Amino acid sequence: MELLLVIMIAILYASGIFMLLRRSMVRLLMGIILIGNGANLLIFLLGGITPGKPPVIAETKSVFTEAYADPVPQALILTAIVISFGIQSFAIVLLRQVYRLLESDDLDDLNTPLEEDI
Amino acid sequence: MMQHLIILPVLVHLITGTVNLFFWGKPQPQRVISLLGTFTAMLIAFALFNQVRSEGVMVMHAANWKAPFGISFVADTFSSSMVLFTSFAGFAVSLFSAAGISAVRAQFAFYPIFHFLLMGLNGAFLTGDLFNLYVWFEVIIMASFVLITLGGSKAQMEGGVKYVSLNLLASVIFLTAIAIVYGLTGTLNLADLAITLPNIKNQGLINITALLFFIGFGIKSAVFPLYFWLPSSYHTPPSAVAAIFAGLLTKVGIYAMLRMFTLLFHPDAFMTAIILIISLATMLTGALGAIIKTDLKRMFSYLIICHIGYMVGGLALFTQAALGGAVFYLFHDMMIKTNLFLIAGVIKKIRGTTNMPKLGGLYHSYPKFALLVAIVIFSLAGTPPLSGFWPKIYLFQAGFANTSWVSNYYVIGLIFSSLVTLFVLAKMWKEVFWKKLPDTQIHVPDHFQPLSFMKKLSLVLPIIFLAGITLYIGLDAERVLTVANDIAKEMLNPKPYIKAVLGHL
Repeated sequence: MELLLVIMIAILYASGIFMLLRRSMVRLLMGIILIGNGANLLIFLLGGITPGKPPVIAETKSVFTEAYADPVPQALILTAIVISFGIQSFAIVLLRQVYRLLESDDLDDLNTPLEEDI
Repeated sequence: MMQHLIILPVLVHLITGTVNLFFWGKPQPQRVISLLGTFTAMLIAFALFNQVRSEGVMVMHAANWKAPFGISFVADTFSSSMVLFTSFAGFAVSLFSAAGISAVRAQFAFYPIFHFLLMGLNGAFLTGDLFNLYVWFEVIIMASFVLITLGGSKAQMEGGVKYVSLNLLASVIFLTAIAIVYGLTGTLNLADLAITLPNIKNQGLINITALLFFIGFGIKSAVFPLYFWLPSSYHTPPSAVAAIFAGLLTKVGIYAMLRMFTLLFHPDAFMTAIILIISLATMLTGALGAIIKTDLKRMFSYLIICHIGYMVGGLALFTQAALGGAVFYLFHDMMIKTNLFLIAGVIKKIRGTTNMPKLGGLYHSYPKFALLVAIVIFSLAGTPPLSGFWPKIYLFQAGFANTSWVSNYYVIGLIFSSLVTLFVLAKMWKEVFWKKLPDTQIHVPDHFQPLSFMKKLSLVLPIIFLAGITLYIGLDAERVLTVANDIAKEMLNPKPYIKAVLGHL
């Protein structure tokens, strides 16, 4: 499981960085989304995976007596997912607006000189 | 009860922003509420600062979950003084926006978002938890995304894409670094991390994580190879927005960097050299960029980058004098850079442009305003009794005290970029104030003259206010130096901070 996750994270980061290096704005955003998902999985992996041991104390006991799954990484990931969801939807609307103004998806076209530049 | 004072700077902006939302589409009440809110925030920041100065580090545990399990808010001298200077800049910009932000923008949630931005900044300064810092950073960038694109002009959209994409990348890198830190230690509380991180066996991994943090905060604070988004986006939004960005957003990156690299990580010789080289390159590229730009706002953007280099270098030298100098410069820079963009806004109002070849004759038409700007310019250039002078003395001292070759180059870079700053400002003074207005521009209408007295006041008063604070920092430097030195001591000896948060060492 850990090895699979490591490979998965590596693929997500690598493909995200590859996408970031493209000139298309949509690919740029996709790259950031992919790396963001990679980072979320990284938190999950580094939090330590303990399958089948929910962090619930048995009714007969008052403390944990054996290893349990750390709930903190999941809370962190959930927060990060919600935040990135909001920001990504903003970024998508922004890209659409830019496309309407420029009729281009190329980052190199983002340098319309201001009238004031001489 | 007094410990709840810590959360008030965050709450007051949350409440002001939310109340403003109820006045959607009605700019006039929003302006009044925003002014009240920022004024209250200033009073609260004063109270917090005094409290921390008299009683030491204050801690609030959210929902009374003791650290390291809950999220703690910590106010030491550094964070409370950052909150104080943020509240000054917030008040000035809120006052300026009353006349400097058009009714159209104000109808579309300018004021609520402005307050959410200030809330995020205060939260980032006051939090004592690494992941909570990330969340506050996201609050800041989300608000700033809206502010930078609000209005929807083509230039703003183009600047917005660059700003948004690089800031998103910075957040992801920051998150990756947090993941590794959590994996290594199993805690996110800054004070707890300060204890556990040095005990990790694999110190090489920690150094790499430190570099990831440096890259993440480096993008946000615009250090050398990562600054390109700043000059290509900061000139696009209205001056009030650009002022709050220039004064506060890059500085929150510097704050986080200073906090991380004094509390959690301690740069070794290799990293010190790298950071010094980066700071040198930041100063030089910023200074050279400022020379060639003819647009006022773009020139000021490059000056921001140039002066970021001073502070990053101060961090790398890592002595009390250097850290004190960097912190002092940070305070001075927050006030000055906000003010510069407000001044650019007034100039744009008067002449209809901020392009220097098309400007001129302001000394003739507005002598008092010219005098006011002169104070700001002299402070920025670091003329002796004024505010830019004192931190530079400290940085010079620290640079000379360190005998490695990089720190010699750092001092040379400091002198060179100070000279360039002076040159650039002298050029600006000549072009904007002394030169005769070009013949082509004589018929451009003056939009400042016909304004009502109240509107003129709301445009000029913030500049006077910030210039007054700058003058105070310069003329009563003893008091600010004491604060900066205390902060440097806290940074070099974080034990009181850790003890206050965890209750033990």
